[in-house]
Parts: sequence; C-alpha cells; structure tokens
Amino acid sequence: MSSEWPLWEVFIRGQHGLNHRHVGSLHAPDAEMAINNARDVYTRRNEGVSIWVVRSSDIVASAPSEKGPLFEPSNSKVYRHPTFFDIPDEVGHM
Amino acid sequence: MYAQMVKTDAARIKGLDEMDPQERVFQQRIDTGQKIEPKEWMPEAYRKTLIRQISQHAHSEIVGQLPEGNWITRAPTLERKAILLAKVQDEAGHGLYLYCAAETLGISRDQMYEQLHSGKAKYSSIFNYPTLSWADIGAIGWLVDGAAIMNQVPLQRCSYGPYARAMVRICKEESFHQRQGFDILAKMVRGTPAQKEMVQDALDRWWWPSLMMFGPSDDASVHSAQSMAWKIKQNSNDELRQKFVDQTVPQAEYLGLTVPDPDLKWNEEKGGYDFGEPDWSEFFEVIAGNGPCNAERLGARRKAWGDGTWFRDGLTAHAEKVAARRAKSVAAE
Ligand SMILES: [Fe+2]
Ligand SMILES: [Fe+2]
Repeated sequence: MSSEWPLWEVFIRGQHGLNHRHVGSLHAPDAEMAINNARDVYTRRNEGVSIWVVRSSDIVASAPSEKGPLFEPSNSKVYRHPTFFDIPDEVGHM
Repeated sequence: MYAQMVKTDAARIKGLDEMDPQERVFQQRIDTGQKIEPKEWMPEAYRKTLIRQISQHAHSEIVGQLPEGNWITRAPTLERKAILLAKVQDEAGHGLYLYCAAETLGISRDQMYEQLHSGKAKYSSIFNYPTLSWADIGAIGWLVDGAAIMNQVPLQRCSYGPYARAMVRICKEESFHQRQGFDILAKMVRGTPAQKEMVQDALDRWWWPSLMMFGPSDDASVHSAQSMAWKIKQNSNDELRQKFVDQTVPQAEYLGLTVPDPDLKWNEEKGGYDFGEPDWSEFFEVIAGNGPCNAERLGARRKAWGDGTWFRDGLTAHAEKVAARRAKSVAAE
C-alpha cells in the first residue's frame, strides 16, 4: 500500500537577472527529490539556471471570488499612471 | 487524437438565454477569449469533460512511451539511441505536465492511475499497434507525432489555463519528435533496397491507424459541438485529418514512398487531397480493448506501477524519517 507523494509547485529562473517564474507542479516525496524531478521535468533544454520548489499546500492564494474588493482600491486610483497627466508637447520628453 | 471521442454530458447546446447568470458569465468569458483558471467557478460538466480529456491525453503520452521504448536497446547506433531516449523522456514529461493540469480540476494522480490501470480510462488507439522494425520508430515520429502536432497546436489556445499552458510546453518539444522520425526514414530510404522496403512496410502499417487518430467524423456530434463552444476543441476531426493528409502526402513522395490508399488523389478544386475512409470497425475494436497490443500495453503499465511500489514507499519512509529527525532537533534547541 503506498500513499500519494505530496504536490510541489516549481519555479524556475530562466536566465540570470530574471525572476523565478511558476512553470508547473509535480509530485515528490521530499524537497530534495522535488528539485531532482523538477530538473528532469521542466529543464530538459536549458530552461533554467535556478529552481525553487514549494509544497503546494504551503501556498496561500487570494480567492477568485474576492477579485473585486481585493483589486478595486488600485483600479480607482488612475492617477498612479503617468498617462493620467497631460503634459504639453512643447515641454518635451518627460 | 490523443484524446478521442471525449463525452461532454451534453444532450444539446444551451443558448446564452437559457443559462443561469453564473453560467452565462462563464460562457461569455470563454466567448471573449478569457482563460478559465483552477479555482474559478465553472459548470460541473465543463470540469468533468476536461478531466476526461486531459487525463486521456496524459495516459496517451505515458502509454505512448511503450511502443518506442521497445527499440531503445536495439537502436542502430549510439546516437540514435540517445535521440530516442530523449524523445521518450519528453513523452514522460508531457504526461506529467498533463496529469498536473488535470489535478487542478480536483482529481488526484492516484485516481487517474487507477482509472488507467483498471481499463476504465482510455488512451489513444494508436499506441495499441506493435513496433516491428526500426522503421516503425521513424514512422511513429513522422506520422504519429505529426498527427499529434496538428491537434495540439490549436489546443494551446484552449479556454482552460493550465491545459493551454501545458500544451505550449508540449508543442515546443514536438517538432524535435517529428523531425527525428522523418530523419530516420530519410536515412533508410537512401540505404539498401531491403531498408527501403522496411520503410514502405512501416508506412503501409501506420498510415491508416494514423488517420484514425483524429477519430471518426464528428460533424454531427453534440459532444464535439459542446467542446467547441467551451473552446476545449477548436477544429473538427475531419478538418484536422484533411490538414494532416495534405501535409504528409508530399513528404511521403519526397521519401519515394507509396501511400497505401488507392483513392488518394489531388483535388485541384478544393486545394487538397481526396482520400479513402479508414476502417472504422477496426478503430472501434481497438478502442474497445481488442487491438493487437492493448493487453500488452496495459500489462506493462500495471507491472511498472506494481514493481515500483516498494521504491515509492521507500522514498516516502525516508522523507518521513528525515522530517521527524529534523522536528526533533528543532525541538531540542
Ligand atoms: Fe507527446
Ligand atoms: Fe511527441
């Protein structure tokens, strides 16, 4: 009788200077094996220079149903974008 | 295809005006090209259909390793062996991407394995044919991966985010698969008459099963129409089959081979080939479990899973031990 290995989320830094990016998930018994498996599953063609793995159960996510209230405060603050301000052409690049 | 004749639970397609507000919003999001993500609301039938489709696709990738694995130890050169190993390893990866995508819909990996090993879940009919000669490895890459590409490229735009993203990764790797197959055949047809004969024999055996991969005509199928409305299927089976034939026949000619279809003929008017009808009774027999290798394939899967149990358990026990030891030393500090 065997029980299912836990699920891990895999993040890969594609190149030096870039952020780690979520690429997918996989099952592994522990963190070390998760890194080994991630190498084989997600970097067979030089896709990365660094791997992070995180237990999926440790990730806390915002709820899709709260999308409105969560992001509304920034939606209503259009002045945060430079395009909010009209700068006359004669002022030049700003 | 890798997922053939996927059922949708639909008796007919609902109009927007017949949907409850939640479902209407969902359908409108799909209509405007938005992606659906795992934790978002979706109709139960959409979720179930996707689980069927993605898990079937994943099973096909996994079982699809077996016919090719048959030749890894007998590849003609070390280089061909390394290439084939890399190709088969990619297929394992494809299976894993897809299993993960299916898991986001609420089915567990073990449930999917159980469905495969019990024979409840289907996988593509094509992998129930034997690989009798090295030329078959070429034919699989060229024809089977070629047909898979036809189907997978549009799926990159499917409405379910995790499935679409898995498809993007897969498509990046498929072109290597098709080319390595074609390359095997291109080399063999320039060899001895016996080698060329092997290639023709492989084409004779793989041509019709490859056309069957797309599934029977589904122009009248409500399941297909529902899947298209949900954008988890983009083209009809006949459309994709036509595209495949149009692309492949000139390649066969380049190789100096004869496509085993007496009805095959260029149709100037439609700008494509006319071709014969596959033997659908054979297709349904294979799907029902009575193909030449169904029992062998499932047997190999079950054996691999069973034989690996002690190893999976060992790794789990080790992980638990290390975790317990770490917890103890943290507590002692
Ligand atoms: Fe694949
Ligand atoms: Fe492939």
